[in-house]
Amino acid sequence: MLRIDDLSVHYGGIHALQGISFEVPEGKIVTLIGANGAGKSTTLKSVVGLVKPSGGSISLDGERVSGLATRDIVRRGVVLAPEGRRIFPDLSTEENLELGAFMRDDKVGVAADKKRMYALFPRLEERRKQKAGTLSGGEQQMLAVARALMSRPKLLMMDEPSLGLAPLIVKMIFDIVKAINAEGTTILLVEQNAKAALEIADFGYVLETGRITMSGPGRELLADDGVRRAYLGESL
Amino acid sequence: MELSTFFQQLTNALSLGSLYALIAIGYTMVYGILRLINFAHGDVFMLGAYFAFYAATSLAMPWWVAFIVAIGLTAIFGMGLERVAYRPLRDSPKISVMISAIGASFLIENVGIVVFGGRPKSFPSIPLFDTVLHLGPVSVLSVSLFIPVITAAILVALLWIVNGTKTGLAMRAVSTDLDAARLMAIDVNRTISLTFGIGSLLAGLGGIMWTMKYPQLNPLMGVMPGLKCFIAAVIGGIGNIPGAVLGGFLLGVLEIMIVAFLPELTGYRDAFAFVLLIVVLLVKPSGLLGKHQAVKV
Ligand SMILES: Nc1ncnc2c1ncn2[C@@H]1O[C@H](COP(=O)(O)OP(=O)(O)OP(=O)(O)O)[C@@H](O)[C@H]1O
Ligand SMILES: [Mg+2]
Repeated sequence: MLRIDDLSVHYGGIHALQGISFEVPEGKIVTLIGANGAGKSTTLKSVVGLVKPSGGSISLDGERVSGLATRDIVRRGVVLAPEGRRIFPDLSTEENLELGAFMRDDKVGVAADKKRMYALFPRLEERRKQKAGTLSGGEQQMLAVARALMSRPKLLMMDEPSLGLAPLIVKMIFDIVKAINAEGTTILLVEQNAKAALEIADFGYVLETGRITMSGPGRELLADDGVRRAYLGESL
Repeated sequence: MELSTFFQQLTNALSLGSLYALIAIGYTMVYGILRLINFAHGDVFMLGAYFAFYAATSLAMPWWVAFIVAIGLTAIFGMGLERVAYRPLRDSPKISVMISAIGASFLIENVGIVVFGGRPKSFPSIPLFDTVLHLGPVSVLSVSLFIPVITAAILVALLWIVNGTKTGLAMRAVSTDLDAARLMAIDVNRTISLTFGIGSLLAGLGGIMWTMKYPQLNPLMGVMPGLKCFIAAVIGGIGNIPGAVLGGFLLGVLEIMIVAFLPELTGYRDAFAFVLLIVVLLVKPSGLLGKHQAVKV
């Protein structure tokens, strides 16, 4: 579905991505793990066109999307739940969900999806009219995920959804990611919580300072000594 | 002071306040969405008046057609201004955009002097607006009654657009987080353009109403009202539409009332705005209806 080829990104003099290539096959969960500053967010931002690559190509279903405006990429079914959630704090929970469905014109379908989100995250329903900025961190993350789903994405990309959340909430979010995937949405998950991510991922890539250094099925990476030492904090 | 004089001044104050409010809304909307003070806004106001003048005189359009054409042209001009002077600098430091705004303002004023001529022009009289009405002992110019009514109608329409429509939702999203708005597939450029269009439309309408009340046009006529309405927007809490209206009214009413009750201060009339600004900012730095805003990092 998504194919990244020799992608390079520069921020001024910083060479943040130094020619990475990877693939996200349709219907799978793929995860990208790596330390701070490895270039994970940069990769996702490049896919949605928020960052302009300096080289390489990004294609979706065989069609080149690098260079397109963000809204055109989003309209093709790629959605990003960004790092730090980036919900709209002054708008209500419900308005945030409506913004997630901004590109859709089918009012009936949107209303139905809103109901579905409230069923998935009952806490959001209780806070429908509340300003999103007053929600707790966990609730804001639920909102970010729900907002992303409101566009009915083909490919859902999530940037560190577990950041700063209690283990119980993390588990809940990951369970939902699995459920969404089971319903047919392809997932690209960026995480520092390597263990949780690799456990649910079909395939994983390890990103180190702008290069992919390792890749393999999630379970395999989880068992790899190098990965365990570097990302799972285990001393072997 | 007699009661009739008081009412006389009150209608004056309300119509001036409404005019200030109309212009202040444009400042506040643009600031809300781009965090930019559109220094050329007062000049857009001036253009509205001139467009109407030429449409009504040189093109001999009926006044109401001339007004509609002029307001439309002003809106288009505002969108063009954004396109040429601000959009190319979207990712530049704030100071560059500000300099561009100041430059645009001077450019419009000076081109205005060249094209329209520096000598003031007077707007032909329109009976509907020019009639003196006698309401008991109070006599007012009919335009002074129209202005507050039009302003009120516009405010209601505007609040509906911003809070009740999808376009308004997009505006509010763009004004909080540009990139997050892009991720919602919002057409950010179009939304910003529209905001400039609405703000300029109101400035154009304000300019026309202004010349109905004070029928003299000159290319620098937008400078002082522009400055005062910017102050009105800050007093009300910049970025907040009802705040801009409140600030505009406050300024208009105080200005008229002080001149009416303390005639010896008339010479300082234009300075009241600044005094009021300082007082309000000392008491409430974010403006009367503004919310406390953390500095964006
Ligand atoms: N806007 C920017 N301007 C300059 N440098 C940037 C910018 N954004 C990111 N970088 C740099 O690019 C590199 C990769 O950053 P990126 O945000 O992609 O890392 P990350 O893997 O997401 O890290 P984290 O886990 O901390 O979120 C870092 O060295 C960072 O400092
Ligand atoms: Mg990151």
